[in-house]
Amino acid sequence: MSSQGTEFTTQTALEATIPVVSFESVSMRYGQSPEVLRDLNFTLATGSFHFLTGASGAGKSSLLKLIYMAARPSRGALRIFDRDISHTPREHLPLLRRRIGVVFQEFRLLDHLNAFDNVALPLRIAGRKVEDYQSDVVELLEWVGLGHRLWAMPPTLSGGEKQRLSIARAVVTKPDILLADEPTGNVDHAMALRILRLLVELNRMGATVVIASHDQDLVARSGMPVMHLEDGQLSTLAPTVSQPPTPEPVGLDE
Amino acid sequence: MTVQHHPATALQGAAILPLKDGRDGGLVFTIAVLSFLACIAVIAALAADRAAQGWARQLAGSATVQVRPMGGLSGPEAAAQAAEALAGVKGVLEARAMDRKSAEALLEPWLGKGNIPADLPLPQLVTVELDPEKPATAAALNQALKAAHLSAAVDDHSRWMADVRASSDTVRASSAIACLLISAAAGAVIAFATRQGLAARRDIVEVLHLCGAEDPFVARLFQKRFAGLAMRASAYGALAAAAVGAILRLTGGSDGFSPALPIAWTDLAACVAAPVLGATVAAVSAHSVAMAILREQV
Ligand SMILES: Nc1ncnc2c1ncn2[C@@H]1O[C@H](COP(=O)(O)OP(=O)(O)OP(=O)(O)O)[C@@H](O)[C@H]1O
Ligand SMILES: [Mg+2]
Repeated sequence: MSSQGTEFTTQTALEATIPVVSFESVSMRYGQSPEVLRDLNFTLATGSFHFLTGASGAGKSSLLKLIYMAARPSRGALRIFDRDISHTPREHLPLLRRRIGVVFQEFRLLDHLNAFDNVALPLRIAGRKVEDYQSDVVELLEWVGLGHRLWAMPPTLSGGEKQRLSIARAVVTKPDILLADEPTGNVDHAMALRILRLLVELNRMGATVVIASHDQDLVARSGMPVMHLEDGQLSTLAPTVSQPPTPEPVGLDE
Repeated sequence: MTVQHHPATALQGAAILPLKDGRDGGLVFTIAVLSFLACIAVIAALAADRAAQGWARQLAGSATVQVRPMGGLSGPEAAAQAAEALAGVKGVLEARAMDRKSAEALLEPWLGKGNIPADLPLPQLVTVELDPEKPATAAALNQALKAAHLSAAVDDHSRWMADVRASSDTVRASSAIACLLISAAAGAVIAFATRQGLAARRDIVEVLHLCGAEDPFVARLFQKRFAGLAMRASAYGALAAAAVGAILRLTGGSDGFSPALPIAWTDLAACVAAPVLGATVAAVSAHSVAMAILREQV
């Protein structure tokens, strides 16, 4: 894992194969407004873990949107799973999206579905049968501490509970890429650490993880590499603790 | 792992689109009305068809011969001779000269009872009852009259039959066109509702897409929803139409006060098709509109 610009410098031969995400001079804008992201160049190696920081409005959510294909670059070449996303026809996107789990900043839970159904949604979309996934979903909800709230409707959940529910939905398909937009924005410090441990766990299981966060303390304690957005441009900062990250990042254990 | 402390049925998965939409009431009403109109059109066409067949059968089973007095024979004499000659023709069941009384009875509606002068010259008519299996042709009747040296005009009702057939074809075509237009209207209403539904549920649709849903998956949600709604609404309309048909049948029907529209109980079975047709139209309309809208998105 490198901290200087490109990934390839310090990667082993195996990791250097094909990056899971690759930005080449990518810019992005909403409609005709000025570009919110300008000329981004970076790659994410398979199995890497990054924090994405930057002031409010810097474009963190926008950058994640590009990766989960809710928006297309206005310029440049964006490759995800080695597919040129700018030129991928719309009908090929769903299968790529199924390999990406997203924790949205505003959760985007379906208010008319209970906790269980919200988490099961990506599995239903993928055509899985309820008999096959029922126990997995219940187990996952127990893992995020919502085992007692399977039938709760999202509007009746607290902010932190919604956050954990949306994390459960993001990871239920065991995605190759996990994008989390402020996943600890609504929880206390203890819960934030718990969520972070959960994401690190998923990373160890092979997922490439990007977490957009304001939480400087959390970012510092994780010891993970940081991508910093400023003026629509990216600077890759050295992790605040050790490099490369230890298998058990400091500060994450109880 | 199994969930012991919760009934498994509760985890079957709720509808991905919210069930209640508020706007549904108006939509159900509209589709029900359309279904009602379509069913009434079909019942009316079936009854009109039956009526036309009845008239055609009556017309085909009889002919009228008008005899001109000639060669010293009085009118009634000529008519009697003609009846005799015609009775012997193959395909004729009975030939009867119409007496003055029945001829006057035919004129009564126009001239009024008692207003027919006794010396009014009336046409001499012979009514011929034909074998419905193998009716004698007008040519055969003419030949028999000629052989008996009688001057007469044969009316085998073919002109009226053509009229009856033409008007029953018109009724059938009108009903078919009405049903087509009503189906198209239902399709348009559903298309509008689908457009609205997609706009109102844009947030949900977007989440579905981001969770990896393909357009047909999303389109199917709207298709299923509106097909179910249309089936229910069409059933209401069909039931109402069947009730109206049943009332007509009970108060008249094929041999009651409305012989012009002889409804049979079996005609009401046509209403069964309405929910099926309604659901099909709605499914096709909702799916195609949803797909068209979704494809336009980036
Ligand atoms: N849907 C949109 N349409 C137009 N402009 C948008 C839209 N979403 C974001 N922007 C603009 O793009 C810029 C970047 O927004 P973005 O949400 O990516 O920032 P962010 O870094 O995630 O901020 P925060 O930390 O507050 O979540 C902002 O100036 C914002 O106003
Ligand atoms: Mg944001």
